[in-house]
Amino acid sequence: MTMERAHPTREPIPQIDDLAQAESGSPFTPHDADDVAEMLAAIDVDDVEELFDIPDPVRYDGSFGIEGESEQGVRRRLERTLDANADVTEFLGRGHYAHYVPSVVDSLSLRSEFITSYTQYQPEISQGFLQVLFEFQSLVTELTGMDVANCSMYDAATALGEAATLADRVRAADGSTILVPDYLRAERRAVLENYTDGAGLSICEFPTENGMVDPDALETALDEDVLLVYVETPTTDGVIEEHLGAVGSILEDRETLFCLGSDLLALSLLENPATVGADVVVGNAGVLGLPNAFGMGIGLFACREEFLRQVPGRLVGASEDADGDRTYTLTLQTREQHIRRERATSNICSNQAWVALRTAIHATYLGPEGLTDLADRCTRLPARLAAELDEVPGVSAPANDAYHFREFTAEIDGDAEAVVSELADRGFAVHQRGEDAIQVCVTEANEAHVDDFLEQVREVMA
Amino acid sequence: MQRHRQTKWDETTSEGHEPLLSEKDSTRHEPEDTYLPDDLTRDGIELPSLSEPELVRHYTRLSQMNYGIDDGPYPLGSCTMKYNPKFTEDIAGSTAAAIHPDRDPELSQGALQVYHELQDYLSRIGGMDAVTLQPPAGAAGELTGILIAKAYHEHNGEGDEREEILVPASAHGTNFASAAMAGYDIVELPADDDGRVDLDALTEAVGETTAALMLTNPNTLGLFERDIEEIADIVHDAGGLLYYDGANLNALLGRARPGDMGFDVMHFNVHKTFATPHGGGGPGAGPIGVREGLEQFLPTPQVRTDGDEYTLVEPDESIGKVHGSMGNWLVLLKAHAYISRLGDDGLTDTSAKAVLNANYLAERIDLEVPFEPFHHEFVASAGETDAADFAKAMLDNGVHPPTTKWPEIVDEALMTEPTEAESKRSLEQLAAAFNAVSDEDADTIADAPQTTAAKRIDQTTAARDPTLSWQQLSE
Repeated sequence: MTMERAHPTREPIPQIDDLAQAESGSPFTPHDADDVAEMLAAIDVDDVEELFDIPDPVRYDGSFGIEGESEQGVRRRLERTLDANADVTEFLGRGHYAHYVPSVVDSLSLRSEFITSYTQYQPEISQGFLQVLFEFQSLVTELTGMDVANCSMYDAATALGEAATLADRVRAADGSTILVPDYLRAERRAVLENYTDGAGLSICEFPTENGMVDPDALETALDEDVLLVYVETPTTDGVIEEHLGAVGSILEDRETLFCLGSDLLALSLLENPATVGADVVVGNAGVLGLPNAFGMGIGLFACREEFLRQVPGRLVGASEDADGDRTYTLTLQTREQHIRRERATSNICSNQAWVALRTAIHATYLGPEGLTDLADRCTRLPARLAAELDEVPGVSAPANDAYHFREFTAEIDGDAEAVVSELADRGFAVHQRGEDAIQVCVTEANEAHVDDFLEQVREVMA
Repeated sequence: MQRHRQTKWDETTSEGHEPLLSEKDSTRHEPEDTYLPDDLTRDGIELPSLSEPELVRHYTRLSQMNYGIDDGPYPLGSCTMKYNPKFTEDIAGSTAAAIHPDRDPELSQGALQVYHELQDYLSRIGGMDAVTLQPPAGAAGELTGILIAKAYHEHNGEGDEREEILVPASAHGTNFASAAMAGYDIVELPADDDGRVDLDALTEAVGETTAALMLTNPNTLGLFERDIEEIADIVHDAGGLLYYDGANLNALLGRARPGDMGFDVMHFNVHKTFATPHGGGGPGAGPIGVREGLEQFLPTPQVRTDGDEYTLVEPDESIGKVHGSMGNWLVLLKAHAYISRLGDDGLTDTSAKAVLNANYLAERIDLEVPFEPFHHEFVASAGETDAADFAKAMLDNGVHPPTTKWPEIVDEALMTEPTEAESKRSLEQLAAAFNAVSDEDADTIADAPQTTAAKRIDQTTAARDPTLSWQQLSE
């Protein structure tokens, strides 16, 4: 028998996206027509619509005007959209940092047993993730020197907000003041204000000198009303604080809590918060494990043992199972909203557990020596870049006479806005700080571009 | 019925199963020759030092001792554990998405376009006039929404009088906690005999002190609040606002919109309704929508466009910020991809299959379901058996159990939400697991689970003597 072959025609072949339109329903519902018919018969209903007990006046016809697309079509469209993000090399920091994320982080964290699991309400079948979180808490405990750490907050700003309300719960002081340094990022302060609004706390600033605490000024700003003093190291200006011990001494005999803001990488090298007298440590743990993700991060929260029952968020503890084996479980849940409701220590439910997994993998990948070495590098790179920028006519760097971590501010002889804009046109993004300063961040992630960057700065300043 | 024997790694050198990282290695490292002077550095740190192959094996084994949706059904009520499409992960992993939040908006036009489109999608889906994507989780969305309600009343000069938030007794715990965090007193509303808001009790509770009523619809029993229009009138007539908890929106996709029901503010749980993975506890994202007249209170910044360029705008009377940046960007990106893939037909089919699945499953199980007609979830009663024990025995029957002992209106509650992603066959296996446990004797149930990596875990001791780190274990 001879096969009759189709002749090529000029008829258009339907676009793949149009074919997708022809599919009805969701690609992620497994039912075929027979399944639906049998299921409806089993529940004695003629049509699925009968199952919706919705009064007519509030019914909606489902016409959102959103057209479904094929997977290929969605990927193509969103990737094109994202390509509209300018292809610039970032020298940006101020609380959000890029470090090289090793491939093991994606490879392991994307294992579907991890990423498609829920909160560990059934610990017997969730030992893997519970152990991950227990190990994350241990890692944070070691690096902060605190007694206890939780499984995560949303980000550095919300962790600071939670620290403030914790201070309000644990401190007998009549006062209601949260004292923050004048360098606190406006965004963090704005979040802090919203977290403390309900408790009736007020946020006050104390002046700093050369980007660091001035112990005399801090003491002047303190009174009986202060519940908590917040200090950062490194600050979001990149300055390594040199007066942590003094802050600890000033607050030691007061009812005021000492809250230190930092990050896990910096803490592997800088002074141990416990040694300087910190009561609570907050910050961004996502410096490890996540690339820059438009500000998505993970909040760090650790504190002294005496505040344990006032800690916000989830805690994983060790326990025993019926065989007497050591196991892990969510614990002290009576602090949490699903049990304690309006008397809970926080409203937080979903946290950043998966980012905690990534952070733990990255930190363990580096190990104690790798962490310390990388942190040391983060003190050398900005020092060197600042020295080189300082040689550029019209640039004075660093603006603060201090050691720096990852970043520093530089004074510009001229219009900082114009300099930042011209650098962006030349492929480099830096922060503008006021009218006559910029801020520059350098880590192992962008250090290969430092020479090009300097070249462009020289040309822009010429 | 399916069976599942979970992997369990043991080492005789460890008291637990897979040893802790710290039991594999513990190395103290003291920094030397640092750039910083000694008085600015710490003495050292002690952490595991493992090679990459050892690290990979550790986390791979831990993953094997964890259950996810990709393993099997996960019918936790009000948690909407549905399938997470893989392609969304590829989009989120794109290098063009890995950008710094402080870029000038001109340099992040792609990300801002995604934000703007998702704001638009969610406005349409919720029947809202404006949306913010900033809240990083559902509870953060609740706090944001209540702060907006507070700003609205303060704007009207009624901030001091309106000091109460009404919450039904069966509401999610976060509702109470979020309202309290915003400084409100909570007034708990009892349910009527049908399991819905008791209109008489509501009428009695509302007044000049009411700031808002927070409501989940369908409620946690899966029941649609049929009197929603009357509820909205009662609250609005008293000068209060109506807040929609979006935890159960999956039931209504394309069939009813909170905005049309009279809600003024709502949050979306994108890790529930829009299939972003829950990642073992988060990250989620809790965008909120508001009706006209409340836009000026939204968090800053809002993404707007003139058609050519996307800009960041601070609303006139913004409540400020609820996240240091613009929320959980990668999660939002995945939600955008999911909605784009489904479109109107897919979204509407989602609620159809979610509700069909819940009804079919309930029909097949031998337990009493006291409240109906339910939608995407139902609350069965474990009867004489403790619901927590019942759940442990389900683990031995190859599935993850439902949410237990809540809402309390049903004795020994098993709050069950299969989602649209389960096939008829999978639902039958899930039903078989329920029924097998119903037939089991008390001893078998008390000894469960036997097939999981851990046997029954003692929660009481864990809470009485908390051990929260490997440091505390070795104390």
